[in-house]
Amino acid sequence: MSELATYNFAYLDEQTKRMIRRAILKAIAIPGYQVPFASREMPMPYGWGTGGVQITAAIIGPKDVLKVIDQGADDTTNAVSIRAFFQKVANVAVTTHTADATIIQTRHRIPEAKLKENQVLVYQVPIPEPLRFLEPRETETRKMHALEEYGLMHVKLYEDIARNGRIATTYAYPVKVAGRYVMDPSPTPKFDNPKMHLSDALQLFGAGREKRIYAVPPYTEVVSLDFEDHPFEVQRFDKPCALCGAEEVYLDEVILDDKGGRMFVCSDTDHCEDRRAHGHVGAMLATEAAE
Amino acid sequence: MATPLVVSEVSKSFTMHLRDGIRLPVVADVSFSVASGECVVLGGPSGIGKSSLLKMIYGNYAVDTGQILVKHEDRIVDLASADPRTILDVRRATLGYVSQFLRTVPRVAALDVVAEPLLARGENAASARKRAADLLAKLNLPRELWQLPPATFSGGEQQRVNIARGFITDHAILLLDEPTASLDAINRRVVIGMIEEKKERGVALLGIFHDEEVRDAVGDRILDVSKFSPRKAAA
Amino acid sequence: MSTTPLLKVKDISKFYGGRTGCRDVSFELWPGEVLAIVGESGSGKTTLLNCISTRLLPTTGSVEYHMRDGVYRDLFRMNEAERRFLMRTDWGFVHQNPADGLRMTVSAGANVGERLMAVGNRHYGNIRETAIDWLGRVEIDADRVDDQPRAFSGGMRQRLQIARNLVTGPRLVFMDEPTGGLDVSVQARLLDLVRGLVHDLGLSAIIVTHDLAVARLLSHRMMVMKDGQVIEQGLTDRVLDDPREPYTQLLVSSILQV
Repeated sequence: MSELATYNFAYLDEQTKRMIRRAILKAIAIPGYQVPFASREMPMPYGWGTGGVQITAAIIGPKDVLKVIDQGADDTTNAVSIRAFFQKVANVAVTTHTADATIIQTRHRIPEAKLKENQVLVYQVPIPEPLRFLEPRETETRKMHALEEYGLMHVKLYEDIARNGRIATTYAYPVKVAGRYVMDPSPTPKFDNPKMHLSDALQLFGAGREKRIYAVPPYTEVVSLDFEDHPFEVQRFDKPCALCGAEEVYLDEVILDDKGGRMFVCSDTDHCEDRRAHGHVGAMLATEAAE
Repeated sequence: MATPLVVSEVSKSFTMHLRDGIRLPVVADVSFSVASGECVVLGGPSGIGKSSLLKMIYGNYAVDTGQILVKHEDRIVDLASADPRTILDVRRATLGYVSQFLRTVPRVAALDVVAEPLLARGENAASARKRAADLLAKLNLPRELWQLPPATFSGGEQQRVNIARGFITDHAILLLDEPTASLDAINRRVVIGMIEEKKERGVALLGIFHDEEVRDAVGDRILDVSKFSPRKAAA
Repeated sequence: MSTTPLLKVKDISKFYGGRTGCRDVSFELWPGEVLAIVGESGSGKTTLLNCISTRLLPTTGSVEYHMRDGVYRDLFRMNEAERRFLMRTDWGFVHQNPADGLRMTVSAGANVGERLMAVGNRHYGNIRETAIDWLGRVEIDADRVDDQPRAFSGGMRQRLQIARNLVTGPRLVFMDEPTGGLDVSVQARLLDLVRGLVHDLGLSAIIVTHDLAVARLLSHRMMVMKDGQVIEQGLTDRVLDDPREPYTQLLVSSILQV
C-alpha cells in the first residue's frame, strides 16, 4: 500500500499559519476592524466555515481541547465534520463540554455557559461587512469605516422601524466595538449580542470566501446599535426549555409531528445536557416521566 | 441729501458683434441730477435712448464712460463702476424701478410679486402682504386676481402689479418707464396721486411719460434726451 | 451686507494632458449670493463646478472656504475626513440626475434623515419628524415618507434630492443642471421652490446651467464660459440684457421666444 501523504499539523503549512496569525494580531490590535488575509483553499467549499477553520488551524496546538458547534449543537453535520477534520489533521482532544474546551469554533451561536479567560471563541462569518447590503461598493465601505461614517448603519435600522414599527433585525445585529468600529457579529441571534460585551474570552471572526479576519479582545466594549427611542432589546421566549426547563436561554423550535406539534428546546445542546445531568427537568420530560 | 441722483458725463454705445461689430452709439456725455421731491421727465422722440438711460441708471445696462452717483445709506455709490453686490444692495434699499413690461415668473401670485421688495428688506410676510393688498386695491386690481400669477393678466393688469411692486417700498429714488402706458383714465389718476405722494415724501423721481396728462400733472421739468444723442450730433 | 466672502476661488485650472477643462478662473462668493455658471456643452462649466466643490482635484489654483468658526480653510489642504464632513453638513450638491444624489432603495424619510444620522442624531421620532417637515417644504406629501424614490417621478426625485441636501442647514449649495431633463411645468415648480428656499434660508449657491432663463430667475451674478474660460461675468440681468462679448451676444440671441 502506498504511503498517503501526511498533513502538516492542523493542515495548513507553517508560512500560512504565520500569515494568518499576523492578521489575527492586527485584528486584536484594532478591535472590530476587518483585516484582509490571503484565504487558502480548504478541503471544504466556501460557505462551510473555511474562515473559521483557517483561524482555528492557525492557533490550535497539540494541548488544545476543541469544541465545534453549529447553531448551538455539537451533533449536526457541520460541527461533526469540522471536529473530525481537526481530529485527523491535528490529533487534538475534542469535547462537547463548553467548560472543558480551550478553542470553541461556532457557526451562528454563542454558548450559553459564560466563557473564561483561557478560552477562544472562533466565529464562522459569511459576509463580514455590516454595510454591504446598503452600500455595495467596497471602496465606499472602506472609507466609511476609516472615517467612522456610520450614518448609513442607522439608516438601515431606521428603515426597519419605518417598515415594521420596530427594529426587525434579529440576527447579525450590528454592534460598535470599543467605541470605534461597527462590526457584524456574524449571523448569531441578537439574543447573543450581550454575551460579546466585556467577555473574558478572546473572540475571533473568520470569513474565508470574503478573506477577512476580525477580532474582539477580552474585556472589550461591544454595544448594539439602536435609537434613543427604540433601544436594543433581546428576544424573549414565552416558555422555558421543554427538556431542561432553562429560562433566559436561546431556544430552537423543533417540529414533532405533522399535526403542528412542536417544542422549544435549548439551542445549546451541551448546556441542556448539563442541566439535565444536574436534575433539571423541563415540561416535556416531566410529562414523559409521568406517562 | 437734496440731490440723491447725479449722472455725470455718461456715454454708451452698443457693439453688435453678430452684425460684424457695428457700433450703435446710444448717448454721449449725459449729465444731470434729480433732487429730492422732484420729478424729472425724460423727453425726446422714440428711440432716442430714454429707456436705455433709465436702464443704465438702474445698472441693467453697462456704461462706457461716466459716473452714476447715488446716495445710498450713508455713502455715495457710483453705479457705473460698482460691483454686482453693491448694485443689488442699492436696488434693495435705495433705487427702485418700474419697467415698461412686467417680467413674469411662473407660479408666483401677484400679491407675492408686489410684496417681494419688502420681504427682501427683511419685513415679515404678513405685513408685507397687507401693504401689497392695500396697493393693489388702490390700483383697482380685482381681488380675485391677487392670488394668481400675472402671466395671464392683461397688459394693464400686469402694469398695475408692476407699479405696486415699484411703489411699495420707501426707496429714495424711483425710475419709471412709461408707468401709465396701458392704464385707463381712472387708474392713471391713481398713479398720478401715488407719484405725488412720493414727491411729498422727498423721493426723487425720474420718468418717461408719453401720456401728456400724466406728464403735466407730475413733471417738474423736462430733460430733453435728444441733446445727448450722438446720432443727432453727427448730423 | 456681509463683509467676508464665503468662498474664494483663485486661478483654478484643470488640464487633462493637453486638453483644457477650465482655465484661470477666479471669483468670490458672498453669503446669500447665487452665482450661475452658464455655457454650452464642453464649455468647462461642470469641470469648474467639480473643481470648486472638491469632487475633482484641479491642476492649479486654490479654493478657500469660510468655516463656521470664522477661519478660512484651503479646501485642498484639508484631509479627506474633514472635506467629507463639510460636504455632509455645510454644503449640498444637487446632481442633474437625482438618482446620483439619492439612495434609491431606501425610503424617502431615510434619504432625508441620513445626514442627520450621520452627524449623530439618535432619536428615531425626531429624525422622522424632521424628514416629514422637509418633505413638506419641498411639496412632497407626508404619506410618501416611507416610499422609495424608485417609485417617484423625476420632479419628485429632484425635490427629494434638494430636501436631502438642505436638512443639515448648509450654507453653500452646488447645483449641476438642476432642471435638466424635467418637463417644463415640473421645472417651473422646482425653480420656484429653489428660489424660495435660497431666499428663506439665506443660502449661497453656485448653479451650473445651459438654460439662461434659469440663470435669470435664480442668480444674482453670472459667469459665461466658453472653451474652459470665463469670457464674461457680472450682474445677471446686465449680462443678459446688455451682453458685451460676441459669444454672450450669440447665446442671448439664440434663445427662442415662446
